[in-house]
Amino acid sequence: MTAPTTGPAPAPLGPLHVTATVLASRKVGAYHHLTLVAPGVPERFRPGTFVALSVGDEPGALSARLGRRSFWIHRVRASGGHGLTVEIVVEVVGPGTAWLAGLPVGSRVATTGPLGRPFSLPKEAVRCVLVGSGHAAAPLFPLAERLRERGCAVSLVVAAPDEAHLLSALEARRSARAVTVVTGDGSVGLRGAVADHLAEILARAGADVVYAAGPSPVLHAVAQAAETHGAWSQTALEEPLVCATGLCHGCAVPVVGEDGAPRTARACVDGPVFRGDRVRWADLTGSPR
Amino acid sequence: MTLTMAGLTLASPVLVASGCGGTGRELVPFLDLTALGAFVTRSITLDPRSGGPMPRLVESPAGLVNAVGFHNLGLENFLATELPWLVQRGVRVVVSIAGSTMGEYADLARRLGSAPGVAAIEVNLSAPDSAGSGVLDVREPFHAGGVVSAVRRDLPRGIPVLAKLRGDVVRVVEAARTVLEAGAEAVVVGNAHPAAMPDGRPGGLSGPAIRPLVLRSVAEVHAALPDATVVACGGISTAADARSFLAAGATAVQVGTALLHDPTTVARMITDLEGPR
Repeated sequence: MTAPTTGPAPAPLGPLHVTATVLASRKVGAYHHLTLVAPGVPERFRPGTFVALSVGDEPGALSARLGRRSFWIHRVRASGGHGLTVEIVVEVVGPGTAWLAGLPVGSRVATTGPLGRPFSLPKEAVRCVLVGSGHAAAPLFPLAERLRERGCAVSLVVAAPDEAHLLSALEARRSARAVTVVTGDGSVGLRGAVADHLAEILARAGADVVYAAGPSPVLHAVAQAAETHGAWSQTALEEPLVCATGLCHGCAVPVVGEDGAPRTARACVDGPVFRGDRVRWADLTGSPR
Repeated sequence: MTLTMAGLTLASPVLVASGCGGTGRELVPFLDLTALGAFVTRSITLDPRSGGPMPRLVESPAGLVNAVGFHNLGLENFLATELPWLVQRGVRVVVSIAGSTMGEYADLARRLGSAPGVAAIEVNLSAPDSAGSGVLDVREPFHAGGVVSAVRRDLPRGIPVLAKLRGDVVRVVEAARTVLEAGAEAVVVGNAHPAAMPDGRPGGLSGPAIRPLVLRSVAEVHAALPDATVVACGGISTAADARSFLAAGATAVQVGTALLHDPTTVARMITDLEGPR
């Protein structure tokens, strides 16, 4: 049988692989905020998508470190003379992220994005609670803006172990009606784990939908609290990604399919945003049982 | 730059290696799939497999160690969804297969042989994490030969069999000779090299770290079996790498790990190989 010969379908909203330039790099608390000029990427951004960066070498040279480093897109902003830029939040956890954090302005970085399935936006103006833990609060700020544009009431919860790891808590007030800050050591806001305060926060906000991003134990707690409260939840997972593009099948997420059957999804292309009631949290590596 | 490989006409000597191209769809933003020599699927098993525990891939200098554990949707679903998607787009598809018994390999071959659009079968005889994943752990060349004859017997003549062997130079010539005698039309020399994950689980090392090992094996197979069709696989990341393997006697090359680092690698290699050196 001869198959019809056609080129690939055009994918106007698909990811791009570009050479990005570091426009700004500044340390804010425990994090490094990198502003990247990545032509075409900001135009395709939707909240919950991310970029994958190569580390350790100039684009084109084959780095000894082959895995990509993935980061939430925190902001898309117009920057005089450079058009739209993307801002990411880097937490130094190893040599790759240390290399990125130390890049001087003007450095070039191979960048792929935006990648992944974004948060789904509600069709109607509903009451939303957004829960972000540590640097993973990054995608919730642009999400809050989109939700407010749709007339949704937005309550934002920003959580961290301490003040240094609290992401942009002051700026949070610009994008949300109510902001709750939770720190593990109580240095700012409520003391304790975000999970301890969820029931009260969801009740006070009368939440219809809960959006969350952070480590899987936090997301598990959010999914449970949302279910108890009777709200939908959308959780953005932070599984370690190697290729970040769906090629390697290295980022397994145990899920329940639409038909109720257990399946294994890929965090990078089937996620990173999953419905909270679709993830088999107990089977997710690293989740407490 | 069309060429003939095991009776197939290929648009390019560059193939996407098994397990490194997702389902094919994920490459569409970065690559015209019809410009490929072929797309080799990840290894398909008879039943769906959810794969191994996390972590499944870790970095190693100039390489990756993987223990993905044959995460795939199983033959039935593959025939219903992924294969037709590729075939409808005019992609030349080589289906990689893995089984836990000789009978499973034969079963897979029989059913794929009657599916429209399968250009060739690649028999995975060298998965570095097979033992822990319940897939036939092929260690002896005569085992490899046995699997290839079972597959060949159940496959229509027009569909060539590519036998994918370990890149380990010690027994590669013997293994190549055995599978060719058993009816394989070509040998793929090199797979992820047997290695271990940091916690000791069986895994495979791939990427530029293993490229010189595979180049040695390709050269030895070509010297011992000059008429054999050899496809090289292991750490090939640039057009210059591809040229050195073609010069050593390979007819075509497979690119895997390099795609995980940069999804545009293969498109660039295809273009570079068309041009002057």
